[in-house]
Amino acid sequence: MAILQYREALRAAMTEEMVRDDRVFLMGEEVAEYNGAYKVSEGMLEQFGPKRVIDTPISENGFCGLGVGAAMNGLRPIIEFMTFNFSFVAFDQIVNNAAKIRYMSGGQFSVPIVFRGANGAAGQLAATHNTSTESLYSTFPGLKVIAPSNPDDAKGLLKSAIRDDNPVLFMESEVMFGLKGEVSDEEDYLIPIGKARIAREGTDVTIVAHSKSYWIAMKVAERLESEGFSAEVIDPRTIRPLDMDTIVESIKKTNRCVIIDECNPYASISSEMTYRIQERAFDHLDAPIVRITAKDVPAPYAKNLIEYYMPQEEDAYQACKRVMYAK
Amino acid sequence: MAIPVEMPKMSDTMEEGVLAAWLVDEGQKISAGDVVAQVETDKATMDLEVYDDGVLLKQVIGEGDSVPIGGLIAILGKEGEDISAILASYGSGSAPAPAPVAEAPVVEEVAAAPLEVPVPAPAPAPVSGGRIKASPLAKKLAAEHGVELASLSGSGPDGRIIKRDIEAAVGGAPAPAAVSVPVAPAQPAPVAAPVASSTEASSEGAFDAIRISQMRKTIARRLAESKFTNPHFYLTADINMENAMAFRVQLNEKAAAQDLGKVSFNDLVTKACALGLRKHPWVNASWMEAEGEIRLHHDVHVAIAVAVDEGLITPVVRHADRKGLAQIGSETKDLATRARNKELQPEDWSGSTFSTSNLGMFGIDQFTAIINPPNACILAIGSIRDVPVVKNGAVVPGKQMKVTLSCDHRVVDGVAGAEFLATVRGYLEDPVTMLL
Repeated sequence: MAILQYREALRAAMTEEMVRDDRVFLMGEEVAEYNGAYKVSEGMLEQFGPKRVIDTPISENGFCGLGVGAAMNGLRPIIEFMTFNFSFVAFDQIVNNAAKIRYMSGGQFSVPIVFRGANGAAGQLAATHNTSTESLYSTFPGLKVIAPSNPDDAKGLLKSAIRDDNPVLFMESEVMFGLKGEVSDEEDYLIPIGKARIAREGTDVTIVAHSKSYWIAMKVAERLESEGFSAEVIDPRTIRPLDMDTIVESIKKTNRCVIIDECNPYASISSEMTYRIQERAFDHLDAPIVRITAKDVPAPYAKNLIEYYMPQEEDAYQACKRVMYAK
Repeated sequence: MAIPVEMPKMSDTMEEGVLAAWLVDEGQKISAGDVVAQVETDKATMDLEVYDDGVLLKQVIGEGDSVPIGGLIAILGKEGEDISAILASYGSGSAPAPAPVAEAPVVEEVAAAPLEVPVPAPAPAPVSGGRIKASPLAKKLAAEHGVELASLSGSGPDGRIIKRDIEAAVGGAPAPAAVSVPVAPAQPAPVAAPVASSTEASSEGAFDAIRISQMRKTIARRLAESKFTNPHFYLTADINMENAMAFRVQLNEKAAAQDLGKVSFNDLVTKACALGLRKHPWVNASWMEAEGEIRLHHDVHVAIAVAVDEGLITPVVRHADRKGLAQIGSETKDLATRARNKELQPEDWSGSTFSTSNLGMFGIDQFTAIINPPNACILAIGSIRDVPVVKNGAVVPGKQMKVTLSCDHRVVDGVAGAEFLATVRGYLEDPVTMLL
């Protein structure tokens, strides 16, 4: 097992796929000459040259459209957003073109494209640069949404995303790019899209959390363990398609569920998950499902407020105690 | 057309009834006015009459089953008639109709006030008759194990019944500290004699599970409601009973000569209270929260607590202030006998304006009683003791009896209660004054 940073795992995935398939190329702001705004693509220009690692102007709508067109014509582009906050500029290309062309062309075209980049809040970046977009994009049929929490999942899932024949939104995190973790040495390491990971087995409460929230879940589980409670932590990894089987099976065992979700709460991952859980596991629930989310306001700038805005470990801990009816 | 027979409201405090015994089999012909079953209410076992002719098509509930007021008990009709529509319309056997709220008639300021003193409709208990809160899992587990949710008290928020409550009830997982739940046997025990389930001879943690009877449920609900709602305070008086004893001997000699029954000390107390209530209308009163008024009753109806097998009941001596001691004595004896035989009818126990409870015969010197709503007061009567008393500066043998008046402070203040007790004491210490 190699210890890699999250950014290195992403780079390894892209590099391996570009070596393997010369239709794959990377395009985005600062990806080439500057080695990537967050150094994800460091050295890739040197390795693959300017035809496959392409710097773009600050024009997301333009280069996303270019990517969709390239994908329709047989290439397999990776489009990097400096952050997914900027993807809103290219909303029409993603939502109306990438997501729907396969359907509207009766299957004559497919759009094998990956949009990837940092997603969600990352400290004092203020309201317009702190959006968690996974709940928004996963509402559209035709798009797949992946949000890995660690380097190993990042590598295995990004390789699967690049090989997928449909548009995939691959959501990373500024604050996790430096995160180190063991990454499988397996040659051609692929993790299937739509398969959750049981990160920790337990019997008393199921905590479902993806991306950064996963790490809150793990801390809560440890704290609960020290008090004699056994929490099961599930990282769905893929947001759409969502692996409900794993979540439901877990809740059948624990009878309780807490969801930690960095998205704003209204019509979010957590609300969708809650619906699906009660749909399939109603008779197994011993307590209402509780979710811990970002607050229902634009992200604040002030340090104390942005910290308060984000899902809090203490809240998640208290929620677990509450659903277990533990004092 | 088939006719449903529903659980009738047989008393003011009744919320559900238990079918004690079927007297008619399915398929048997019956006529209007026939008694088809006996129903155990919170107070008594009563006959269930039908109002139509026909054939008893179905006994919807079995003996020992309970249904709320308005729940389906049986179906009458012509032989072979389809009853599925009726069964369906009542859901799974006993859909409760909304419990009719007894309307308390307003007592007009007229001499011929109705005999029945209005009893306020009991406030709906949070659980009984209302919605039972249980987690979906708890409901499923309860169904699997045949546990009746209504028999459990939930340990979750707002009394929600949760998984561990069911587990505790079925004796699986260890119950968490503070949770203790009575277990209802899957098959309710016969009504007449609640049967303890057999248990291992000396195994640790063994217990007898007694089904909570309608009467015990009512006692629990009404007395808890009274004790936790009415601000009780207590006044105790030690009454010299020497004269009363002599008076009673004299009285009973005369009664025997006239072939009348004996007068008991309790009858003397009943009479003394009744006359006292006449003089102190604020003690003969009711706090009517919903109506926003205090009622000072024109009539004096004294309820007397009688112990019966499953609990107690408080039959009423009506107009006790206007009755002679011999009549009070014979009525009290008759009510007590009928109470023990479960023969009392609702009119025998409703409408009291004051209550007494006597534990003197068990050697209890003094105790406090819980007010019997909607009364404002209850008198707890102790034994007559041989004690030294000081008379004219010398210690001499005395006969003393302690009585304790529990008062609802919302109606009766300390002075009003004390004045009433002073009157009662005056009557008992000089019984001849009761004749004035």
